[in-house]
Amino acid sequence: MKWFLIAFTFFSLATPAISFDPDEMLQNPVAEARAKALFSELRCLVCQNQSIAESNATLARDLRLLVRERLVLGDSDSQIIAYLVARYGEFILLRPRFGLHTYALWGFTPFVMILGIVILIMRYRRKKKQGPDIEPSGSLMTKAEQNILSSLQEDTGSKK
Amino acid sequence: MPIELGLFALILAGTVAIAQSAVGFFFWRVGGRITSYLRQGAVLQFLLTLAAFLALVQAFVFSDFSLELAFGYSNTLQPLLYKITSTWGNHEGSLLLWIVILTGFGAAIALYGKNLPSDLLALVLAVQGALGAAFIAFSLFTSNPFTRLFPIPAEGRDMNPVLQDIGMALHPPLLYLGYVGLSVCFSFAIGALISGRIDAAWARWVRPWALASWAFLTLGIAMGSYWAYYELGWGGWWFWDPVENASLMPWLAATALLHSAVVMEKRNALKVWTIFLAILAFSLSLLGMFLVRSGILTSVHSFASDPTRGMFILIMLTIVIGGAYGLFAWRARSLRSGGLFAPISREGALVVNNLFLVVAVAAVLIGTLYPLILQSVNGTLISVGAPFFDLTFGILMAPLLIIIPFGPFLAWKRGDLIAVTQRLLGAAAATVLITIVLVMVSGGQISLASLGLLLGIWVGIGAIAQMVDRIKLGRTSLSQSWTHLKGLPKNAWSTMLAHFGLGVVVLGIVSVSAWEVENVASISVGDSIEISGYKVTKLDVSQRLEDNFVAERIGFEVISPRGKTTITAAEKRVYTASRLPSTEAAILTYGFSQLYITLGDVNADGTRIVRVWYKPFITLIWFGALIMAGAGFLSLSDRRLRIGVPKSARATPEPAE
Repeated sequence: MKWFLIAFTFFSLATPAISFDPDEMLQNPVAEARAKALFSELRCLVCQNQSIAESNATLARDLRLLVRERLVLGDSDSQIIAYLVARYGEFILLRPRFGLHTYALWGFTPFVMILGIVILIMRYRRKKKQGPDIEPSGSLMTKAEQNILSSLQEDTGSKK
Repeated sequence: MPIELGLFALILAGTVAIAQSAVGFFFWRVGGRITSYLRQGAVLQFLLTLAAFLALVQAFVFSDFSLELAFGYSNTLQPLLYKITSTWGNHEGSLLLWIVILTGFGAAIALYGKNLPSDLLALVLAVQGALGAAFIAFSLFTSNPFTRLFPIPAEGRDMNPVLQDIGMALHPPLLYLGYVGLSVCFSFAIGALISGRIDAAWARWVRPWALASWAFLTLGIAMGSYWAYYELGWGGWWFWDPVENASLMPWLAATALLHSAVVMEKRNALKVWTIFLAILAFSLSLLGMFLVRSGILTSVHSFASDPTRGMFILIMLTIVIGGAYGLFAWRARSLRSGGLFAPISREGALVVNNLFLVVAVAAVLIGTLYPLILQSVNGTLISVGAPFFDLTFGILMAPLLIIIPFGPFLAWKRGDLIAVTQRLLGAAAATVLITIVLVMVSGGQISLASLGLLLGIWVGIGAIAQMVDRIKLGRTSLSQSWTHLKGLPKNAWSTMLAHFGLGVVVLGIVSVSAWEVENVASISVGDSIEISGYKVTKLDVSQRLEDNFVAERIGFEVISPRGKTTITAAEKRVYTASRLPSTEAAILTYGFSQLYITLGDVNADGTRIVRVWYKPFITLIWFGALIMAGAGFLSLSDRRLRIGVPKSARATPEPAE
């Protein structure tokens, strides 16, 4: 059903119509701000990675109207989102819900962070116990720097 | 005839690449004569691919529609510039451009790498040759740009109208210079792993290549962002599109690489990690290539594709990444690390920088790939969009921005955080003061935006504070400070500028995200829209006929709050050959802010929907990026960096086993 809907809307968009209707805005500024915030969380299903706040597609406008309608009827933000998910599937949410299927998504970044910190601490402890494997190469680099310096001086010298 | 010569040149280049790679891998220990053969091979390979590319370009320029590609993506009505850019406005042509740049970097190593020890140079050129051979094979076997067409059509189709723009001449080549430049760092990493030559000198050789790629990537991404902003018609400048993410990930990795290479060069520490990053950065640019060219994504960037191409890249990706990290795992254990340092030190700060940048790569990576993975695992469709990335990326960037000004103040090996904090007190006070003033001016609300503002100003002022501290301004006489200023090495300037540029980018982002204003109205001629003190009046409607498109043009008169009047126009175009529509926004710049006007549909009553945004300080985003890239090129022009380490000063290679 969802796919039929998407396909249908897609074909009805054969000429990408630009339709943002100014009259659709809500009079109540608080409700309008809530609507705007919701728009940026919802995907325009027929677009390439745009939210319905950004998109000029007809479907995006219809969804905007729908969200505003529900707002006027007194729905809470989460009720509206639940309604849209029931109707279009979770694909419509740009911020995926936290659940069994998205633990890996939400958990991956903190996991890498913690892993990084643990590795750093372990390495530091081991290093401290061992001491440096080789002498810090301060002397090597000074020598290298000196060589560069001298080659630089040679260079400018030969030009003159 | 030139077409066949081009194909022949490409085949020859592939043969040279295979020979170069084989000779390099077998005889890298021999040195001397072998490296001069390899260097000639690299230059020859470049000249051959360049010839192939020019053969393709001429077919587009002279509208030779016997070439299938020219027929498919160009048209006699196009202006000359767009005929040329159409060459890489498609999969096959852009792949050839990629190859030209890849072999160009190979030739550059051959020309500038005379100071390199012969074994490392041989290995680097061998890896470059192998990469060249792989990409040329990809082109020849799955995406031959030189396919002919018969009977010869009289007129070509057209390039996507969105791509018929000056941006097409700049964005892909700049981005490719960045992506492909990272292949040099990759080759150096492989060469170092095989030869065991991993020391401070290695970092010194790699850094110019990393810097150049990073600077080109910065320019390419910024250019792409501005192009999307003015062309796609809804005034967004970053969409967290998978393909944008594919360019952001190598950029983050390259940024981390630049910083860790400094530690390796100066302190001979973080060696294994730097090698890891060099491999990671190029792996990520290959991953980007896979996402764009395999057809698993739909985006403005993706090319029409068939499964064999996706398969080919996937195999290449597996061999390159798997092989490189396999080698890394095998050899890394034997690499000794040196340079002990305390957690609070310049090295420590750079490690934290690397930690945050790499975790940021992880966040972008999982957000980009997760929907694809989940769908292939159990068919569940989810979207991961801007809200996810804003949240995770934002949380990671905030602490990073806080520590940036501390880094350059900390001493190597062991730093004194309290002393550094004291030296930064002035900057901190100035930051807080400026933020408070700005928040008051903008309405006096404390919000997330105020925090962002604070961070941006902190990074900017922190960079200036670093400069003030270096020249001892206020602590000695003014004339002596002036002498210090003149004596500052370019590297100090570029660090300061790059960080300052980042602060500017942050300010632009925060400002436009928090204080952008939008207004939409249906208006007819003579009506006006008011927004943030600007008055936008619809003046007239006219038709514009060009060779390759027809446009409906709406003139606007804009009166700024200061009373300055400007005439401008927005357009809706239809391209003649392809019948595809495109909108051209009218964009007016006031200081660093912009007014953005786009056209919507015509209503039944004859009025037209017009959408206007006021985007405060938005241009700071791109100016900041320009400053950052400029800082990269400035550092690149430092002679001390370019010369490299003379052979006599080389450390003896560490035992590999």
